[in-house]
Amino acid sequence: MSLRRTLGPVRSALATRKGALAGLWLALVVVVAVLAPLLTPYAYDIQSLPDAFRPPAATHWLGTDEFGRDLLTRIIYGARTSLSVSVVSIAVSVLAGMILGAAAGYFGGRLDQAVTVVVDLTWSFPEILVALILVAIIGPGVTGTMVAIGVAYLAQFTRLTRAQIMTIRSETYIEAARSLGASDGFILARHLLPNALGPVLIAGMLATGDAIILEATLGFFGLGAQPPLPSWGAMMSSGSGLLFKAPWIILFPGLAVATTVIAINLFGDALIHALDIKTRLREA
Amino acid sequence: MLLSVENLSVAIGPVEPLSGLSLALDRGEILGLVGESGSGKSLTALAVTGLLPLIGGRVSSGSVSFDGVDLCRLPEADLRGYRGRRIAFVTQNPMTALDPIQRIGDQVDVVARLHLGLGKAAARARTVDLLASLRIPEAAAICDAFPHQLSGGMKQRIVIAMALAGDPDLIIADEPTTALDVTVQAQIIHLLGQLARDRGLGLLLITHDMGVVAQVCDKVAVLYAGRLAETREVGQLFAAPAHPYTRALIGCIPREGMAPGSLSGIPGAVPSVATYPGGCRFHPRCPRAAEPCRAAPPPFAARPGGGMLACHFPLEPADA
Repeated sequence: MSLRRTLGPVRSALATRKGALAGLWLALVVVVAVLAPLLTPYAYDIQSLPDAFRPPAATHWLGTDEFGRDLLTRIIYGARTSLSVSVVSIAVSVLAGMILGAAAGYFGGRLDQAVTVVVDLTWSFPEILVALILVAIIGPGVTGTMVAIGVAYLAQFTRLTRAQIMTIRSETYIEAARSLGASDGFILARHLLPNALGPVLIAGMLATGDAIILEATLGFFGLGAQPPLPSWGAMMSSGSGLLFKAPWIILFPGLAVATTVIAINLFGDALIHALDIKTRLREA
Repeated sequence: MLLSVENLSVAIGPVEPLSGLSLALDRGEILGLVGESGSGKSLTALAVTGLLPLIGGRVSSGSVSFDGVDLCRLPEADLRGYRGRRIAFVTQNPMTALDPIQRIGDQVDVVARLHLGLGKAAARARTVDLLASLRIPEAAAICDAFPHQLSGGMKQRIVIAMALAGDPDLIIADEPTTALDVTVQAQIIHLLGQLARDRGLGLLLITHDMGVVAQVCDKVAVLYAGRLAETREVGQLFAAPAHPYTRALIGCIPREGMAPGSLSGIPGAVPSVATYPGGCRFHPRCPRAAEPCRAAPPPFAARPGGGMLACHFPLEPADA
């Protein structure tokens, strides 16, 4: 039943034209990232200096970089880094934010004050700054990036969940549930969180797009995945000095970031519409 | 006695919006608790279910005895076992009393699963029977519907079904028809009345509508500004109201053959907790008020013709 409830909105999101297009692109990126070793004729880390700076051609569809590595291969492997880092960090961030926000919004009191202070504090810094500080503390690499991105977006999900819970907790059906003998835990799990879930999931979806950009930014500064592991941000960084000599080195990873983020945002939009249960049933 | 409220007072912070309330209700009996908005009707319901802390209130004195157990002394964890299982609550507004994103069946099932320990299939079978017994057509199909697909009257039946699902002994219905169309109000009231008789439930019907009281109740308690004005058997009350406030309330019911414009209201408004007048709280609005009414509150005492009354100058049957 919960599977049907989750898949329903996704299916209706895919039924719209922009949702279908965005979903198709995201599916392609995911499949390609998962099947990377099977799809790529080259290794992402073997350098071959004679092949350096080759423009896009039949042998190297997207050209080669300054070390002669196939750009398409590296972009495909870079998708693995980008997607896994952003999806994992946002998923953990959404989960932690919902727990914190629900506890603060439902129980109130000192807990709420403490959570609100911390959230407002992180909220007042740009995400990139929070992430940079954290990477500086933890050290660069995939794990550091995940933690940094997760914490950078935590305030957003905590705040949203808290606001949702505070609105819903005063609804009559919560009072009704309580008058029929429901406990705090039951009310939270069965009524409050499910009703608060929609907007938080949408925010999480849209934040995943931002997280890809943040991951690329950290990579651009050399703080993300470390070489030879490819990341879109690091590839753009190495291409930025070669803009006039070999513009494809920065162009294609940039396009990868842009199209993926646009697709996530479009799909998120379609999902917002589909999650509105009333609209969906009226149209059905 | 199933429910016996003795001298109950409720305090919220420094104020006491409900004082010295006494009620008695037996199985199969319907007690109407009547009063204008702000008279303390809903507070009574919260006090009986132990939910006062939700609005920052507490029982400051008196007792609520349910089937011999004083609910005011029970810890929250034990009270939870009473709510829904022995005492059920029908809320004021059925439009918002159901979780909008859960299917009807799941919401009703959960009460029996929680309180009676039934499995998924058994709870559903029970729900379908219950809905059918409340004359809900196509009960099985309704179980798969979402609340917004149902009409107001149908939603109120579902809310009543949820209240009945735990097989309670007492149902408290707080203005169960206020948010409904006039055309379905009578249906719901009769349904509740019938349930109380057929299942031997005690029904505490909270309302401001004397017409509803006349329809189904056995006994009436009239509440004004946090104090009881009068409690009587319903026939006697309507035949010969003894408290001027009761008579004024009855005067607010439209009747056949009334001259246009003769429907009366009660001048003034219910005072708020902060501005309760001294003496009898009704005296500023009372046509019979005299010096004693301003000086001291009348005692709430048994009166010769039966019932209890708090008035210095009660109406005689001839006055009514």
